[in-house]
Amino acid sequence: MTAAIGTSRALPVQDEGVPSWKLLLTLTLAGAIAGLAVVLLYQWTLPGIEAYKAGVLRVAIEEVLHAPQRADTLWLRNGTLTATRPSEADVRRTERVYRGYDGAGRPMGFAIRVVEPGFSEAIHLLIGYDAATRTLLGMKVLESKETPGIADKIEKPVFTSQFAGRLAPLAGIKASERERLGRDRNAVLMLTGATISSRAVLKGINRAIEHWQPYLDAYRPPTAAAAIPAPPAGGRN
Amino acid sequence: MRCHAMPDIPGRRKPTAGEDFVRGLWKENPTFVQMLGMCPTMAITNTVVNAIAMGLATLVVLLGSNVFVSMFRKRIPNEVRISTYILIIATFVQIVDIGTEAMVPETHRALGAFIPLIVANCLLLGRQEAFSSLNTVWRSALDGVGMGLGFTLGLVTVGTVREILGNGTWLGLRVMPAAFEPWAIMNMPPGGFFAFGLVLLGFAWFKDRQKRQSAMREALAPLPVARPALQEVGA
Repeated sequence: MTAAIGTSRALPVQDEGVPSWKLLLTLTLAGAIAGLAVVLLYQWTLPGIEAYKAGVLRVAIEEVLHAPQRADTLWLRNGTLTATRPSEADVRRTERVYRGYDGAGRPMGFAIRVVEPGFSEAIHLLIGYDAATRTLLGMKVLESKETPGIADKIEKPVFTSQFAGRLAPLAGIKASERERLGRDRNAVLMLTGATISSRAVLKGINRAIEHWQPYLDAYRPPTAAAAIPAPPAGGRN
Repeated sequence: MRCHAMPDIPGRRKPTAGEDFVRGLWKENPTFVQMLGMCPTMAITNTVVNAIAMGLATLVVLLGSNVFVSMFRKRIPNEVRISTYILIIATFVQIVDIGTEAMVPETHRALGAFIPLIVANCLLLGRQEAFSSLNTVWRSALDGVGMGLGFTLGLVTVGTVREILGNGTWLGLRVMPAAFEPWAIMNMPPGGFFAFGLVLLGFAWFKDRQKRQSAMREALAPLPVARPALQEVGA
């Protein structure tokens, strides 16, 4: 016999589910364990990763500045470039460039780090730059996660070898305008199928040069100026 | 606590370890049969090396997350299982990313673009839901390795078609005559669809052929000899 509607007899509840605190506890524990695992692994591996990155940067500086004898780090502090290293707390957030010198102590140019959003993630580059003549000395991709097989051509010599000797600001040209390469000293041939990535590289370089040019122009080596012979007329900065 | 648990099906034979392993390679291949993980299949199969790298990275994450989900399957409430599985998968992807960067930085540089893509691969969440949350750690591990290898096989097959037609090479080695003009489209995303379609066509043809051959064998098999009736024997 079925119960009449309106009677006080409640319908049976089959399953009330799991208490909310248990759900919260499960997610909290899972998050905490996952977070702990990732952070511990990160802390443990950080020295090795940083050492590797420093090695990659050293090799890249040698490449874009054409094998300097030594390279000094210059820090941008209070609007001027200085060789004085900031405190450990400020090292990470202080912008810097590298200045290379040849065997005779003559400056060979600046190595500037460039970071620009690409198609997938940020593209990290290093350019060699002669601030006096506004000429690029070279370009190397330090880190990129652009689409393998297509956009990762920005790392290949077919693209990177174009930059040495080009004037800033750079202008990207299409394959159909190839004849401009010989005529325009700021022209760089874009990659077919990797337009966004190659455009990002050019945009990043132009932005970095625009940002650094005033500081590089104003930079005067402090005490070493007397010791280092003056560059020949029309030579690199 | 209401948990995801394997329903007992009376009379159903429990699959062997070998079947758990082989399932992902052929019968339930993630690429050709389940059609999961299509994003990496289209995006990174323009060369065979890329396909191998992506496949192996996915295998590691799949194995790790399968084992962990299975290990805690009785502790994870049904209501929050998706969030928890995603967290486990994302953690393994991050661990593989950091681990390779620290231990084999050159490999990480080559794999760098692939590893974050693994999080978005629905194959992983699919296996946690369909298998690991219902089965033992050992069986889940076998399933993870089998599915991972099956996924790698699928990627390598599509990558083979694309690299040969798109570059005239296989694993970087020239296999086509010098006069061969590479099909540039095969290196681009539409080429992924064309190549995948071709491979699926071949796969379907092969399976159909197997089925027809099996049916033919059954039809041609000699009929079993009828046993004489008891009455006749007795008479």
